[in-house]
Amino acid sequence: MALNGHRGDIEVNNDEDETPTKPLRSAREEMTPDDPADEPAGGTATTGGPGASARGASLHRPGTTRSDSLRRSRPPFPWFGMDIGGTLVKLVYFEPKDITAEEEQEEVENLKSIRRYLTSNTAYGQTGIRDVYLELKDLSLCGRTGNLHFIRFPTYDLPAFLQMVRNKHFSSLHTALCATGGGAYKFETDFRTMADLQLQKLDELDCLIRGVLFTESVVVSDPSECYYFENPSDPERCEQKPYGLQDPYPLLLVNIGSGVSIMAVYSETDYKRVTGTSLGGGTFLGLCCLLTGCSTFEEALEMASEGESTRVDKLVRDIYGGDYERFGLPGWAVASSFGNMLTSEKREGVSKADLARATLVTITNNIGSITRMCALNENINKVVFVGNFLRVNTLSMKLLAYAMDYWSKGQLKALFLRHEGYFGAVGALLELLHPS
Amino acid sequence: MAELDRVEKSSHSLDKSITLPPDEIFRNLENAKRFAIDIGGSLTKLAYYSTVQHKVAKVRSFDHTAQEAASDKLYEISVQEEITARLHFIKFENAYIETCLDFIKDHLVNTDTKLIKATGGGAHKFKDLIEKKLGLKVDKEDEMTCLIRGCNFVLRNIPHEAFIFTKHADSEFRFQNTHPDIFPYLLVNIGSGVSIIKVESEDKFERIGGSSIGGGTFWGLGALLTKTKRFDELLQLASKGQHTNLDMLVKDIYGGSYGSLGLTGDLIASSFGKSATTDKEFSKEDIAKSLLHMISNDIGQLACLYARLHRLTRVYFGGFFIRGHPVTMHTITYSINFFTKGEVQALFLRHEGYLGAIGAFLKGAEEDNPNQYSWGENYAGSSGLMSASPDINPMQRARSGTFDMLEMDRLERKLVNLPLLEDPSSYVPDTVDLTEDPLAREYWLFCFEDALDGVVKRAVASQPDLPEAVERAEKFRQKYRHKLQTLRQQPFAYGSLTVRSLLDTREHCLNEFNFPDPYSKIKQRENDLALRCYQKAVAALDALGWEEKQFALVRGVLAGNVFDWGAKAVSDVLETDPEFGFEEAKRQLEERPWLVDSYDQWLQRMKGPPHKCAVFFVDNSGMDIILGVMPFVRELLRRGTEVVLASNSSPALNDVTNGELQILTETVAAMDPIIQAGLKEDRLVLVQTGSSSPCLDLGRLDKMLTIVVRERKADLVVIEGMGRAIHTNYFARLSCESLKMAVIKNPWLAERLGGKLFSVVFKYELPAPPPAAPPMKEEEEEEEEEEEEEEEAVFSPQGAPGVQPAPLRRECPEL
Repeated sequence: MALNGHRGDIEVNNDEDETPTKPLRSAREEMTPDDPADEPAGGTATTGGPGASARGASLHRPGTTRSDSLRRSRPPFPWFGMDIGGTLVKLVYFEPKDITAEEEQEEVENLKSIRRYLTSNTAYGQTGIRDVYLELKDLSLCGRTGNLHFIRFPTYDLPAFLQMVRNKHFSSLHTALCATGGGAYKFETDFRTMADLQLQKLDELDCLIRGVLFTESVVVSDPSECYYFENPSDPERCEQKPYGLQDPYPLLLVNIGSGVSIMAVYSETDYKRVTGTSLGGGTFLGLCCLLTGCSTFEEALEMASEGESTRVDKLVRDIYGGDYERFGLPGWAVASSFGNMLTSEKREGVSKADLARATLVTITNNIGSITRMCALNENINKVVFVGNFLRVNTLSMKLLAYAMDYWSKGQLKALFLRHEGYFGAVGALLELLHPS
Repeated sequence: MAELDRVEKSSHSLDKSITLPPDEIFRNLENAKRFAIDIGGSLTKLAYYSTVQHKVAKVRSFDHTAQEAASDKLYEISVQEEITARLHFIKFENAYIETCLDFIKDHLVNTDTKLIKATGGGAHKFKDLIEKKLGLKVDKEDEMTCLIRGCNFVLRNIPHEAFIFTKHADSEFRFQNTHPDIFPYLLVNIGSGVSIIKVESEDKFERIGGSSIGGGTFWGLGALLTKTKRFDELLQLASKGQHTNLDMLVKDIYGGSYGSLGLTGDLIASSFGKSATTDKEFSKEDIAKSLLHMISNDIGQLACLYARLHRLTRVYFGGFFIRGHPVTMHTITYSINFFTKGEVQALFLRHEGYLGAIGAFLKGAEEDNPNQYSWGENYAGSSGLMSASPDINPMQRARSGTFDMLEMDRLERKLVNLPLLEDPSSYVPDTVDLTEDPLAREYWLFCFEDALDGVVKRAVASQPDLPEAVERAEKFRQKYRHKLQTLRQQPFAYGSLTVRSLLDTREHCLNEFNFPDPYSKIKQRENDLALRCYQKAVAALDALGWEEKQFALVRGVLAGNVFDWGAKAVSDVLETDPEFGFEEAKRQLEERPWLVDSYDQWLQRMKGPPHKCAVFFVDNSGMDIILGVMPFVRELLRRGTEVVLASNSSPALNDVTNGELQILTETVAAMDPIIQAGLKEDRLVLVQTGSSSPCLDLGRLDKMLTIVVRERKADLVVIEGMGRAIHTNYFARLSCESLKMAVIKNPWLAERLGGKLFSVVFKYELPAPPPAAPPMKEEEEEEEEEEEEEEEAVFSPQGAPGVQPAPLRRECPEL
């Protein structure tokens, strides 16, 4: 399986029993107050530049098993990849676990402080979260072994993040920060002026695809990166099953963030964006906030899981009393989303949970339907759904799995990836390590 | 998907308070049959078939051998009663349904109708009421089937049915030529949900897809989010809102445009994306606007995906979400343009609201086989399209209490396009689209209004024995003046406004008030007069040398064409100077070189081999046909060319009708052996055009004529007169030789064309050389290229997350 060019460098050691942590129920519950001011202030830049000394250290280390060429091409720590989206900032951080005593000694305080801060916490500030359950342990990257951490925080908290970066004197490390997503462009100046950092801006779709293919290739088993739902049409028997994406091409990659992008991927470098829709995760949350007064994605999902969309939507059977046989439409199909909400009487009869559920179903089905049309137009029968809209959102995943299966009469397979929203950030990190 | 079956209950209170002028709305009920009704969420559409009795002018030859010969007149004019079929469609608010049913019941006599076909989501709700009031059994028909049937019917019978919507252009509506073959097409019906139907033929259609995000979603979500209950109000809100307050745009994510990918910053990346992260109150207007964009874009995108998958480029949009609402037509148009990069245009239909009723009617009228006839929109009885812009006509947008009507006349003949058109699908009969040309529109509207007194006078004079003619003529005046006023405000009411449509509307109004042929007596007198000069004129021509004669023949046609009661400049002369003669007309003619002058090429051609067969579309009675056209025809016959004389089926102004021409030709034949031989040997034939217009639409001609043209392998088309060769067909390209001859008898038009009054247009054209047959392979390659372009067109550029269009703000200040 030669998924990409990095295969040779990368191994994952799965010897350790890596039980994934349960997904966090609510970001808010898990948040621990964390004042950056409490951090050790030892990050003052030393003369000569810590970056230079770190590089020096690595070069002078005797008895190294790593090749010189690898060493030379390897960027100095810290290794980050960042994806600044419309709603969330996704950050991946590689924590080297193979630091020699000598390295340890030479490592500048700033670098240590960053490592310690990121790895010893699971929450940062008011809104930052480390998705511990996604952590990839003993990953071999560029000849170094370590753990890959997955961190996210809302884009509106980027100023706080920049403040922290500034406090930690990140700029003194003289490392490039690879960033993708629209925010890499929008906030480039802020990074420079507020944190004295020069961003290396990367195309988000390049990063996304690189990240997907890389992650899928390094995570070999248990839990498998890629999975699907067996028996999607039967809620009783519907079950999540691992899927080996050995032969991925061609595939339709559907990234559901705030909005949705749909790509047809023929190889790691040969892909095109087929289309997109503005009805995405941002629309779900935005509408839910307006309809129910909720304020977080988790809250909205929680509500949706308790609601009933058929009170809100008008179904085929509400109009035709049953199936619309003339056109092969089953009675349970939604004829009009929110179509029951035209009378005040019915509007009063629905709960917030019902509305949240209907919103979720509407957005999800619409994505499903556009995806299906693209798959037909591109003649592709494998669809991989990624993006943070699917985070802890089994409801939508099962709905997508079912919609793909039903409307294509079993021709289309919906696949999902565990690291849902982080592939752009992973791709950015890879760009740092292996500039293309 | 389905029509909405909910009505706001409050609207029922209007029911009894309204006073209708129902006799002007539900017309011709006496003989009405085959009722059909389509009840939607707020509007009811009623359809019925009826017959109209009206007067027609007929001519009959006197038997000159009998005693009748005492009359010095050539033929006799009689006015007869004729019964023709007409379809009536009326649209009104559901609130009036009971009042309307009562009225119908009271006036419905002579009917053996037992059944009423019904469709639409509201049909079941009013079933009992209809059955009780009318005593007819309600027979429900499938909605989608009705819709498609109705759509086929209007596309086939109404030339300017489809339009594209351009909000900020001079005219909002750009009417499209209907392709002679209307299939295949895609109909996107946006009711409460969306149905996407592929129509391949009259009976073959398939729902290929749809979406639950439709008009009901806009309405339902809109009601929840803004506490605004009515659909129209929601649209009103949306038209005042700013979507950028709630939608996350590309620039909100990227800080600006995503230049490297060609995505502008104004594109929507995530609908409602900002309301998730911003903790503030949003205005109802902004919410409604974001919702409208979200839904329109989504529907547009799906429509494009389906169009692409099924390789269809004609996509019509309908359903209550669209129905005449400028706001939604605009957003859908924008979305389609965005997703296809202009490759596919969103098409809308003038009579979209009637499709269901028309279809239900057709289902019920199958035994009358309405589809075997051609039908024509009656401009006198139809309301026409209203302005979509509330600014232009605020009153008309307030629908309450207004009734909209569509009347279609069954035409005696099946109309098809002339096989000699170079490209029937791109043929536009009219030379100037007055909808797009405000100056010309202003002039012609004035011109027709100015001429109205004269027309009224003429109409009264044509029926001296009928004292009530004065009153009727006055009604005609009011009707036509009202139409002109309507057209001034809504030039697009009946499709593109043209001189032809103004003339046709006048003819329809005259007929409506039983003035079938105001010029019959004038035509008769002038025909008599001209016939008396025929032999002398022919003798004079025959005395000329060949080349002189050719020129004299052409000048004869042109001089004859000066006699035209349709042109005010001429009718004034003819009115004040009855002695104005043929020789005088020749003197008025412009000297060569004419304004448009390809006479030399024509002369060269005449030196060559004769044509196989010439089709001559003739114009006026009198001097024109007898002293101008006949000698010209005679010369063609003498050269060995067969001649098909094509004249109007029914009267229009002083144009010679087929009935008159039969008599005239026989009379000429009696004096002229060449004409006589032509008739006898079937080398001279008279056919009717199927038209009763002073202009000529080569796309809608009597099928018989086209058969004759095909059988005889016509290789020359001659079109004569201002109405047929200048107002229409001036730019028409034919696949054979063509000759367009006219004298410009309107000073304004003359000036516009760079000439002066009585300037001559003599336009002889050869067909475009047949394209050098390219090897098949090349053609295929071309096709492939097109496909590639199509691909590019559908895909938006790579890059930003879900990007959808939103009209730029400056584009729609007051949507």
